[in-house]
Amino acid sequence: MITSPVLQSPDEPVVSQEIVIEAGKTELHYWRDLWRYRELFYFLAWRDILVRYKQTAIGIAWAVIQPLSTTLVSVFVFEHLAKMKSEGTAPYAVMVLVAQLPWQFFSRALTEASNSLISNTNLISKIYFPRLIIPASSVITALVDFLISTGLVVVVMIFYRFAPDWRAITAPLFLLLALGGAMGAGLWFAALNVSYRDFRYIVPFIVTIGASVSPVGYSSSIVPEKWRLLYSLNPMVGIIDGFRWALLGSEIPLYIPGLAISTIFITIVLITGILYFRATEKRFADVI
Amino acid sequence: MSETVISIENLGKSYRLNHQSQERYVALRDVIAHKVKGIFTRKPKVENPKTEEFWAVKDISFDIKRGDVVGIIGRNGAGKSTLLKLLSRITEPTTGRIRIRGTVASLLEVGTGFHPELTGRENIYLNGAILGMQREDIRRKFDEIVAFAEVERFLDTPIKRYSSGMSVRLAFAVAAHLEPEILIVDEVLAVGDASFQKRCMGKMGEVAKNEGRTVLFVSHQMAAVENLCQSGILLERGTIIEKGAAGDVIRKYLSDLSKLAEISLADREDRKGSGEIRFSSVTLQNEKRETVNSFVSGEKSIFVLKYKNHSNRDLRQLDVEVRIETYRGHRLILLKTELCGEAFQLVSKDNDTIELHIDKLPLAPGRYCTTLFVTMGGGIVDWVKEAWFFDVEPGDFYGTGKLPPEDEGLVLTPHHFSIPE
Repeated sequence: MITSPVLQSPDEPVVSQEIVIEAGKTELHYWRDLWRYRELFYFLAWRDILVRYKQTAIGIAWAVIQPLSTTLVSVFVFEHLAKMKSEGTAPYAVMVLVAQLPWQFFSRALTEASNSLISNTNLISKIYFPRLIIPASSVITALVDFLISTGLVVVVMIFYRFAPDWRAITAPLFLLLALGGAMGAGLWFAALNVSYRDFRYIVPFIVTIGASVSPVGYSSSIVPEKWRLLYSLNPMVGIIDGFRWALLGSEIPLYIPGLAISTIFITIVLITGILYFRATEKRFADVI
Repeated sequence: MSETVISIENLGKSYRLNHQSQERYVALRDVIAHKVKGIFTRKPKVENPKTEEFWAVKDISFDIKRGDVVGIIGRNGAGKSTLLKLLSRITEPTTGRIRIRGTVASLLEVGTGFHPELTGRENIYLNGAILGMQREDIRRKFDEIVAFAEVERFLDTPIKRYSSGMSVRLAFAVAAHLEPEILIVDEVLAVGDASFQKRCMGKMGEVAKNEGRTVLFVSHQMAAVENLCQSGILLERGTIIEKGAAGDVIRKYLSDLSKLAEISLADREDRKGSGEIRFSSVTLQNEKRETVNSFVSGEKSIFVLKYKNHSNRDLRQLDVEVRIETYRGHRLILLKTELCGEAFQLVSKDNDTIELHIDKLPLAPGRYCTTLFVTMGGGIVDWVKEAWFFDVEPGDFYGTGKLPPEDEGLVLTPHHFSIPE
């Protein structure tokens, strides 16, 4: 190994940091760089939000129309046709809307994160920065839509004169779980997408299936007790039930084993997602 | 004051080439199919014979001192861009090490990350952030950037409505106002109009001289390298074959280029395209169909292009393009079957020659370079840059026995002056 002397002439100020580029050595600067490039994170998120509704006639209203229309359809199909019951005293529409919040957030964040790398190919092949910034910033648009939909839920609750109790303050915790799940899976899919474009088709498929196997349009209390644990293997079950528990004030208690499974599962996916992403990241520019 | 800011030791980067698939990415299907096949056939796991290792950059070592402006030159595929990608940390080296002291900004493309839907103003911020500027810096330099790009009136227009010249100007203006200690620039000056290019060059030169900034500069335009750089590095097949004063390195590059011309076109490997046909040789002929070594200004000139048809089929929708460039890479004339309405709809598989006739060669004496680009039904079949060189001797183009003095114009055209009655 060749060690080079510290090159520094006396009348020169000490040069900022030294970067050493070597095979397998990118690891060293990674987390520090991630912090240094936080501006880029901010700007990419800002770009995605700006671009999202450009050249649309009704703009941001789309963020309201989507959950509203799916809720109407769910109410019609599940309450009026299938005669299902709501949870506690909450009107059916409110119950569905409250589940729409985490579900729409999760599916949108997952989709955006999964496609984020391949839709930013030009950045990856021309500029260096910690690649984690791309999927991380892409979920911000989903977060913005989530906030808008929350406003919608508030309006609808006022309309039905329905007020949540103190448990509402725990909702952000379940949002955090949804974020973790979307990021974890999103990192996996984003990294896999770079090499295998198949995941471009797999992700929408997962989202479609997920919408029916998650208790979005109906209450998870219709699932028979003996299937409950199995049902909870879908991490969105714990999150959606959590949102309902927090916001509907119903007497149905939280299903703790299910929530625990969701949390453990999401943690595992998130950690392995980051590890896999980090492991493949250095090849992105070569393969994408 | 001569502190080493970049030091490179035994740098190498290898890629695996997959001859089997032309796809840019692998499909999961193939990977699974391959694995499954592996289970059933129980073949010992051998390296896929269809993949081969390719060293884009190999065993490169050099040092760059603070304030140096270094030009990196070489033919296409010599490894220049890979070297810059390694230096800008976009891709990881396979071997060796780079040490960089100081902040680096790399400009491998003009307007990376520009979003067509965003306005000029928004794009300045976005692009600045992408190039590593802090929001404060961008705000401080905003007016300067806008003035340099001359886009004041269009600041709030989405850049998809900009002319290409405008967006290039805007992009370069952002880049020119970066303040890194080391600036890495790839061929970005090849775009934009001439006067703007000149301004960019001025700006870059200024930055390097006045602020003691280190600049690494890749270009095909020897004139630009000559103007801007003190020293140069010549790459060939991924290794350094010459380094030293810029003038010397450029001379070596140019003389290598003309040696290249002596290599038969058939042996050239630095070509692209599907290869259904491959051009193998070019000869020059004069009006009397005699084979000549050089053309004469104003005379009838014929390029006889020979090719091999590897597809063994008749050729459909053959479009041949010959681009005449100056020795230093400026594009002068595009000669193209489509332009003159002569694209070949059907060429028999037994044919092996295409001729290109120029009735009155409109070029001043000098040495010229050509690029050959051939498509079939829109797909590239053979593409060779700097495919061959030819010299033009003085001739009586104007019928006056006179030609423009050297360096006063390369293209000749019949013209006349008059004084209105």
